[in-house]
This record gives sequence, C-alpha cells and structure tokens, in this order.
Amino acid sequence: MLNIVTKQDGSALTFELEGRLDTTTAPQLEAEVKSALTGVSDLTVDMGKLEYISSAGLRVLLSTQKAMNRQGSMRVIHANETVMEIFEVTGFTDILTIE
Amino acid sequence: MAELTLDAKVENLDRVLELVNQVLEDANCSFRAQMQVDVAVEEMYVNIAHYAYPSGAGQATVRIEVLPDAVEISLIDSGLPFDPLKKVDPDVTLSAEQRQIGGLGIYMAKKNMDEIEYRYQDGKNILVMRKKV
Repeated sequence: MLNIVTKQDGSALTFELEGRLDTTTAPQLEAEVKSALTGVSDLTVDMGKLEYISSAGLRVLLSTQKAMNRQGSMRVIHANETVMEIFEVTGFTDILTIE
Repeated sequence: MAELTLDAKVENLDRVLELVNQVLEDANCSFRAQMQVDVAVEEMYVNIAHYAYPSGAGQATVRIEVLPDAVEISLIDSGLPFDPLKKVDPDVTLSAEQRQIGGLGIYMAKKNMDEIEYRYQDGKNILVMRKKV
C-alpha cells in the first residue's frame, strides 16, 4: 500500500509518501511524477510516513532525481532509519539530497 | 514452518510478503529486521517472477522457518538455472547520471541477509537466505 499526497505551491512541489514503496506500488509514484513534474523547479519528497523501500522504489527516485537535475532541485526529507540504511548501502546518500 | 506455492508472478508479491511477515511477527522479530528480510525476499522473488520462466507461467515456492537464532527463507523455482550470487555487484559510487536503472536488487538482498546459498538440484533453483534475529 502506498498513499501519495501531492502539494503544489507555484513551482514548488511536495510528495508526501505513506506506506511502502515497492515493486507493486512504485509504478504509482512513477505515474504521479510523470503527471506532476512539468514546470516544477523545487521538489520535496517527504518520507516521514514511508515504512519501506525496495530497488523498484529506488529506481523511481533515481529517474526523478535525473529529471530534476535538468529542471531544478530535489530533496528528500524525514526518511526513517530503515529507509536511510537502504540509501546508505546502495550509495543513494551520495545521489540524493537528504535532509 | 510455513510454505506457499504460487504462480511466479509479480502480482503475487504481496501474498509472499504477507506470509513472511506473519511468521516474522509471530517470532517477535524487530520491525527493522522484518523490513530487511522483506527487501531480500522481494528482490529475489521479483527476479524469479521476471526471468525464471521466459516462455510463460511457472510456479515458485516460498518456505520460511524460524530457527533458534535466525530465520531461514527458501525460494524455489523450476525455471531457467540462475545463480544470483554470481551476478557482479553494481558500482554504488557512481553519480545519478552514470547510474543504470536497475541492477540493485540482488545486491540489496545480499546486504540485508547474513547468509545466502544457492544450488541447482533436480531441475530446481533453490535459494536459501538466513538472517540472525
């Protein structure tokens, strides 16, 4: 289960993720990114309520980061310990801006 | 011990994880360890679902057993022989632009479990993963 709350304020966009970002749910975020990213220069991914991430979720984050490298900036906030460990093991701590 | 045999399809991932998490919860496994086991099971199961049966449908069996100081999860399929442990680890130091999409799953499974063994026996891929709890 993944719940995505999208909040837009001009060119600033926030995705609040709740639940699990895995093989089953990653396409949901991918679709949301595709439809919402036009004209966005400041993207925040709030992981405060995200319990779990697998490689399918990392793939979407990577492609989103690449898109944002071309049109602005992206930051990840409030990732829990379990998610942070996954970021560390996979070198995503160097790819993403994590606050 | 709990066991489930199902069509090796990505759509069945939730059923696989449900079984695994049920057993881990009954064993009072910590949330952190549970999530780490989930990652390993998801990555390896999805790999089977995607690649084991190129010509169509086939089955996968998931078996989970609680040992005195560890949990042991076996994934068994009758598809193409494939030893995931032989796959070269991805370079996790590359930048976003240099990174390939994908290739991380098996690496993540290895990092999240304490031991993984693979054997091909009687026409079956048998992957056994252990995590100390």
